[in-house]
Amino acid sequence: MEVLKIATAGSVDDGKSTLIGRLLYDTKSLTDDKLEAIEKSSKKKGYDYLDFSLATDGLVAEREQGITIDVAHIYFSTKTRSYIIADTPGHVEYTRNMVTGASTSQVAIILIDARHGVIEQTYRHFFINNLLRIKSVIVAVNKMDLVNFSEERYNEIKADFEKLVEKSDYEDQNITYIPVSALKGDNVVEKSDAMPWFGGQTLLEYLEKLDTVNIYNRGRMRFPVQYVIRPKTEEFHDFRGYAGKVYGGDINVGDEVMVLPSETRTKVKEIYFNDKKYQSAARRSSISITLENNVNVSRGDMIVKVNELPRIEKAFTAKVCWMCSKPLVAGSKYVLQHGVNKVLAKVSEIHHKIETDFSGVDTLVSSLQINDIAAVSFQLNKPIFFDAFKEHRTNGAFILIDPQTNNTSGVGFIE
Amino acid sequence: MTEKLLINALENEAIYIFREVAAQFEKPVLLFSGGKDSITLVRLAQKAFYPAKIPFPLMHIDTGHNFPETIEFRDKLVAELGLELIVRNVQDSIDQGKVKEESGRYSSRNVLQTTTLLDAIEEFKFDACIGGARRDEEKARAKERIFSVRDDFGQWDEKNQRPELFDMLNGQIQLGQNVRVFPISNWTELDVWTYIENEDLEIPSIYFAHKRDIFMRDGLIWSASEHVFKDDEEEVEERMVRFRTVGDMSCTAAVDSYAATIREVVAEIRDSSISERGARIDDKRSEAAMEKRKQQGYF
Ligand SMILES: Nc1nc2c(ncn2[C@@H]2O[C@H](COP(=O)(O)OP(=O)(O)O)[C@@H](O)[C@H]2O)c(=O)[nH]1
Ligand SMILES: [Mg+2]
Repeated sequence: MEVLKIATAGSVDDGKSTLIGRLLYDTKSLTDDKLEAIEKSSKKKGYDYLDFSLATDGLVAEREQGITIDVAHIYFSTKTRSYIIADTPGHVEYTRNMVTGASTSQVAIILIDARHGVIEQTYRHFFINNLLRIKSVIVAVNKMDLVNFSEERYNEIKADFEKLVEKSDYEDQNITYIPVSALKGDNVVEKSDAMPWFGGQTLLEYLEKLDTVNIYNRGRMRFPVQYVIRPKTEEFHDFRGYAGKVYGGDINVGDEVMVLPSETRTKVKEIYFNDKKYQSAARRSSISITLENNVNVSRGDMIVKVNELPRIEKAFTAKVCWMCSKPLVAGSKYVLQHGVNKVLAKVSEIHHKIETDFSGVDTLVSSLQINDIAAVSFQLNKPIFFDAFKEHRTNGAFILIDPQTNNTSGVGFIE
Repeated sequence: MTEKLLINALENEAIYIFREVAAQFEKPVLLFSGGKDSITLVRLAQKAFYPAKIPFPLMHIDTGHNFPETIEFRDKLVAELGLELIVRNVQDSIDQGKVKEESGRYSSRNVLQTTTLLDAIEEFKFDACIGGARRDEEKARAKERIFSVRDDFGQWDEKNQRPELFDMLNGQIQLGQNVRVFPISNWTELDVWTYIENEDLEIPSIYFAHKRDIFMRDGLIWSASEHVFKDDEEEVEERMVRFRTVGDMSCTAAVDSYAATIREVVAEIRDSSISERGARIDDKRSEAAMEKRKQQGYF
């Protein structure tokens, strides 16, 4: 079954958790014992309604403070497909969580509180979805019940958001607007009786009809080698399978390919998935392949089609989102993980901090603090094989690992 | 030769994770309980490394209170697939005085497993332990990473987790640390059952409806066994039941069922209204139960 991953963004209290809880409830995905727990907790807190946010706010600290402090993944499915929703917190200081949630998602829901309209936070949420090249964005104008389900108010907010969209450079992005009440359930799964003026689809209808072929940004075929399979059994004595995941386009038996960095040319001989052979495999397939010639291939190498070479460089500039409390400064060294390939990287220059509010103001900075985004240049000890992030959502991204703590300290999007 | 490969997104994601483990760690181990999730893991690992053998051993932390059907099944599977199995016993940790057996109405060896597991990790110097936990099982699990770093004491610091971006998995660790890996993080209970059906996997018989001596407590069906504490007032009766998880006998409740085949089980899960963990007695102890146990190194 197809799996759709959705990221949510919104400021604190805009109703993200409630919306997800409502989706679960109305698709009958909440089991009796979970529902019972929600009823009990709601009553204990003295609410006269069901607090669906309790379905997702998992950690003790969150329940105590009533906020979401880390990405939680929630699962539900319909007859059409399975959904995974990342409930990402909306506080300013949690940019890192939002970037993380968005990096594995194909669709984003941006929530806006109908009473407050488009606020500075909304700019940031949209900016991050843009930065991460999320192709389908749903703008859910929530709490419509608190503005008397007013069509004027909805149109006002929609117009404000459209002004933001004009500032975006991501032309293929699909943006859909839906007025909802997460608490009451209007236009989430069921059409709203209170908003007959809205002719569009409900949130779930929209998700169900999304064509999953078109939600991906297409890129060229990239096959980073994860692992070399050498059974050394009698039957498979000379077998050398290159295990990896296909990104971008299809890979086919007979394709003329080049192995990087050795730049050896050869052909794809066989494509295996488990014990079966196939003629071709598409993006996201975890396959193993064999090659016509006996070439030397190891983990971190990349197999590409000969007429679709990536950039092979030792220096580049990237937008970096910093995720670590220890600031990033020029001259510092990190392990750069690009897909499954690791190299050493030195920060050669921090150019400017990028404001996430579309203001276009670039402030010169000498260091990057946690949750900052900036243009940064790197020098590597070995070349990597990449595409610009805008052209390839997977082969244009990397993470930075602090060699002292081994923590993932930041993520980069190559220009 | 079949034309184009059609993929199951979750299966392919899991295979990718298995290969990252084999490539990034020196001594991985697959924690095997004999339950449906770990059986699924074994199948996925086979596919990840075909035609080579699974390049790491299996380890079972045996509470001594397992359903005998599970142990039988475990040994058969390991023999058939020619896998290496390590068994470490909670009973040994008790005998060594490292942990104390609980007593009373809700006593269970479930919590005691943690010590035995941590000792085994240290004994074999495992740097990656692959487990079958799923994020949909429980709210605290929903925040778990795919590569989840544990400190020297096996503890989980949920507020300080590494961000996981795109599908890049960072397995770099300090000496003494290890990583818990969850390849089927994104699967739901129904996904697992559907997979077992499609792959035609064998599972222990207790997953299917059978007649069993049981007694009722707190609205849950408990197995009447020497390993489960029972009051004299609690009456034993025979009933058609099956299990949805195969943990320790003392903390796994049965459900009423007539589902005798995998197809019937899948159908039953599809329209069942109690979540899987609703039948796990240890979680009922408190809402924060799972998070607390995880911080202490529970799987
Ligand atoms: N009236 C009304 N209240 C809502 C709606 N959606 C959410 N809320 C309330 O707004 C508060 C914050 O919601 P929550 O889901 O926790 O927001 P989050 O911080 O974005 O996850 C809660 O008290 C909800 O009950 C809505 O559509 N209408
Ligand atoms: Mg929330």
